[in-house]
Amino acid sequence: MMSAQHLAKMANDIGAFFEAMPNQDQAARDVAEHISKFWEPRMVHALLQDVEDHGTDELKPVVRNALFHLQGELQSN
Amino acid sequence: MDMPFLSPHDTDLGTPEKISDQQVSLHIDGHPVTVPRGTSLMRAAALTGLSIPKLCATDTLEPFGSCRLCLVEIEGRKGFPASCTTPAEEGMVVRTQSTQLAQLRRGVMELYISDHPLDCLTCASNGDCELQDMAGAVGLREVRYPSIEHHHLTAQKDDSNPYFVYDPSKCIVCNRCVRACEEIQGTFALTLSGRGFSSRVSPGESQPFMASECVSCGACVDACPTATLVEKSILEAGQPEYSVVTTCAYCGVGCGFKADMKGTEVVRMTPWKGGKANEGHACVKGRFAWGYATHKDRILTPMIRKHITDPWQVVSWEEAIQYAASEFRRIQGTYGRDAVGGITSSRCTNEETYLAQKMVRAAFGNNNVDTCARVCHSPTGYGLGMTYGTSAGTQTFKSVEHSDVILIIGANPTDAHPVFGSRLKKRLREGARLIIIDPRRIDLVQGPHFKADYLLQLRPGTNVAIINAIAHVIVTEGLVASDFVNTRCDMESFQAWKAFVVQPHNSPEAMEPVTGVPATQVREAARLYATGGNAAIYYGLGVTEHAQGSTMVIGIANLAMVTGNIGKEGVGVNPLRGQNNVQGSCDMGSFPHEYPGYRHVSDDATRHSFESAWGLPLRKEPGLRIPNMFEAALDGSFRGLYCQGEDIVQSDPNTQHVIAALSSLECLVVQDIFLNETAKYAHVFLPGSSFLEKDGTFTNAERRISRVRKVMPPKGGMSDWEVTVALSNALGYPMHYSHPSEIMDEIARLTPTFSGVSYDLLDRLGSVQWPCDDQNPEGTPLMHVGSFVRGLGQFMITQYVPTDEKVTPKFPLLLTTGRILSQYNVGAQTRRTANMAFHSEDRLDIHPHDAEDRGILDGDWVGVSSRSGNTVLRAHVSERMSPGVVYTTFHFPESGSNVITTDNSDWATNCPEYKVTAVQVTRVRQMSDWQKYHQQFDEMQQHLLRPGPEQMTPS
Repeated sequence: MMSAQHLAKMANDIGAFFEAMPNQDQAARDVAEHISKFWEPRMVHALLQDVEDHGTDELKPVVRNALFHLQGELQSN
Repeated sequence: MDMPFLSPHDTDLGTPEKISDQQVSLHIDGHPVTVPRGTSLMRAAALTGLSIPKLCATDTLEPFGSCRLCLVEIEGRKGFPASCTTPAEEGMVVRTQSTQLAQLRRGVMELYISDHPLDCLTCASNGDCELQDMAGAVGLREVRYPSIEHHHLTAQKDDSNPYFVYDPSKCIVCNRCVRACEEIQGTFALTLSGRGFSSRVSPGESQPFMASECVSCGACVDACPTATLVEKSILEAGQPEYSVVTTCAYCGVGCGFKADMKGTEVVRMTPWKGGKANEGHACVKGRFAWGYATHKDRILTPMIRKHITDPWQVVSWEEAIQYAASEFRRIQGTYGRDAVGGITSSRCTNEETYLAQKMVRAAFGNNNVDTCARVCHSPTGYGLGMTYGTSAGTQTFKSVEHSDVILIIGANPTDAHPVFGSRLKKRLREGARLIIIDPRRIDLVQGPHFKADYLLQLRPGTNVAIINAIAHVIVTEGLVASDFVNTRCDMESFQAWKAFVVQPHNSPEAMEPVTGVPATQVREAARLYATGGNAAIYYGLGVTEHAQGSTMVIGIANLAMVTGNIGKEGVGVNPLRGQNNVQGSCDMGSFPHEYPGYRHVSDDATRHSFESAWGLPLRKEPGLRIPNMFEAALDGSFRGLYCQGEDIVQSDPNTQHVIAALSSLECLVVQDIFLNETAKYAHVFLPGSSFLEKDGTFTNAERRISRVRKVMPPKGGMSDWEVTVALSNALGYPMHYSHPSEIMDEIARLTPTFSGVSYDLLDRLGSVQWPCDDQNPEGTPLMHVGSFVRGLGQFMITQYVPTDEKVTPKFPLLLTTGRILSQYNVGAQTRRTANMAFHSEDRLDIHPHDAEDRGILDGDWVGVSSRSGNTVLRAHVSERMSPGVVYTTFHFPESGSNVITTDNSDWATNCPEYKVTAVQVTRVRQMSDWQKYHQQFDEMQQHLLRPGPEQMTPS
């Protein structure tokens, strides 16, 4: 489902908007919420899988933090 | 639902309505009448049911007082004043009929008729001629003046315009056409040439209409009281029998029109004076370019084929529907429930769009539904939703009449929203100030009797840098509307935003190297916007179709809040929506993450209401967006698509990527009126209906819901909504509707902002702006009055992030794209009309310096190469762009404009970054490889369309 590189770019683009917020914890939650609200689940799973396989080097810090929230959300569901 | 038949002839009260707090009472022919102060005697008489003869007066134009037919007598006054130019006064006693008045009028008419061909019986306006009517009204019985040599009876006709003829021999020099061009359209293309008896109407400097500045809006033709300016369709077909009020199917202005009919044949479309979006005006597309509806290219029979290299097989509706349903079910059985989806259309009605998304969610059982708003105004939905709480513009179009400062960003209203463009020009002629932010010198930069105060001609891709710089000036120079911000906005968010915009890197000086706009201009424009009175922002796709499209919408929303320009007349944030029902398609739940009324699919209460109404469980996760569908198609997890009324191959970016995705589908179902570019990759073709063949509603850019009324039966035999119902039924999810009004009733039951909407209400009010509910039973013209929909307005930080699409030595120019007046979007409609006479190909506008550097002359063929692909266009050397920027339109499939555009998209919505593509331009001698492929593929598909003898009869 969609190239991991493309998904990482999409996530970083979202991160580039929210990382300007003063509260970085909130920014990470906002990135997570945005992905959760607008990404089809296969895309979310593909990004998380790629991170698990290849690490988070390509991702902005705010996106990395957001993925923790997303993983937590998925586990709680 | 009864179709309201109207007379083709509107009531004409002679002069425009006047608004006043004061009323005056008078007597006209013994009848008491009370009217607002400023009302003319002519209008006052008409309001009492009295008809004063007139020729130069009409209620769409300011009175002129030249024809001398509307003379009246006023007790206590000498002479015979013209009733059109004389305002009613308290206590007046007016006579409209007397022996002297009759003699005067007869004498005037005799002079008119002495220089008029007496060919009434064979005249195109026979039955619709005010001169003929007035001759009868005044009792003209003879003409004593002989026709002499310098009369105009043998003057040459000008039939250069494809839609109307100018016959000077029938001109009575009433000036209505000239005034219409000035007052209504604002083009000033017409004048009276010559003096005295030799006066005649002249386009430009005695040029043919087609050589003049005329934009073919038809206002002059509407205004003409004789057959001097008459539609060619009326010349051919004769006068209409009756009219039906409906809504235009072109841009997001949503003009009200009367379809003038003979039986089930449209003979003319005339702008409806009662249409609140257009108030009796039109443009060349809506007024004249409707012939596509009966074009020979219409495909009227369902067709199927297994592979796109197979000939199309004509089949019955039942067979086509069953085949499509069985394919979708087969695909879901093989690849999973999420392997199929649908795309709804902004050219279809609200009801059709609602059904399409319902079918995807209920019958397909997923949320894989999206719409073409994805590629135009999805950032508007996101940005305004986040900041204000609702995904739509804040005003009526009429609100511009109260604007003191108008800020246009990335929009070209005189081409893309021409009827609103005319309203806007009128306000500018009245003295409103104008700021334009655009990479191009659009026509509004300077025109007859107006000139923009500032043109901030920025580099494509730097919108956010400019909006931040403007905000920086407003905050650092103490121009914040503190009362508004303190009472109406979330202060925590304001403080964070304020701390951001005051940072030095957001100053106009710091941003000047980025935007290319001198800092002094930005500062002055910012001061004007903040301090010039009511300030309104109008924006278009030049805002949204960027990698930071949503950020820019948010930046615009911030700017309106910080200056208090929200919640009253003359201000606001006004997205100029591209297609006729792009607002409606979004309202109707076409996005994969939300139900009708912009409610997220994960919201339990909302989802349960739909589950209860639709009778089955629904998914709470968002589905695939259009670009995600393409990606999923390429990786094999998405195999079937129902595409209603969209041409994604031509309109979406990176054409070769789109084609690759569609070519990988196992079942593509296209429902359209033509074999469009997308249909050439389809396996099932379901004939669609034009707007003339359907009942329903469109919602325009001002949230105005208007009726679309069927004036002819669907040419393919089924209405679009019936096709979706049949497909859903075949998929095993039955739908039960007998008329589109029942679909609207369901929408109203399930969507709080539409809860008061019904066809009965629309028939009664003409149109209504949502929210329409118990609190606002007749709709909501102005949004966010008193408080925002979300409560407090939310400021959001808008950090400028440069686009990834960089110029390099290999791709040193930036391409941006747009529209032209006479063509519409992918051109499927307008290319099949005489509008081709105005614009027959897409061209590449290039600055003279860039052209000279490359040895390019005007009209040369040039190759345009980007990281995505290349195509060939003809060059148009123009100073509209800055050096370094080139521009083209995307109305012709063979141009391949979107072969060049890239996959880059808005961070929040995936709206493509159409407006910024790094390119190189070189002189060439032949088509691009893609164009050669396109030509061959098109020829093959046209060949596959021609049925062999065995395919002629539906099975």
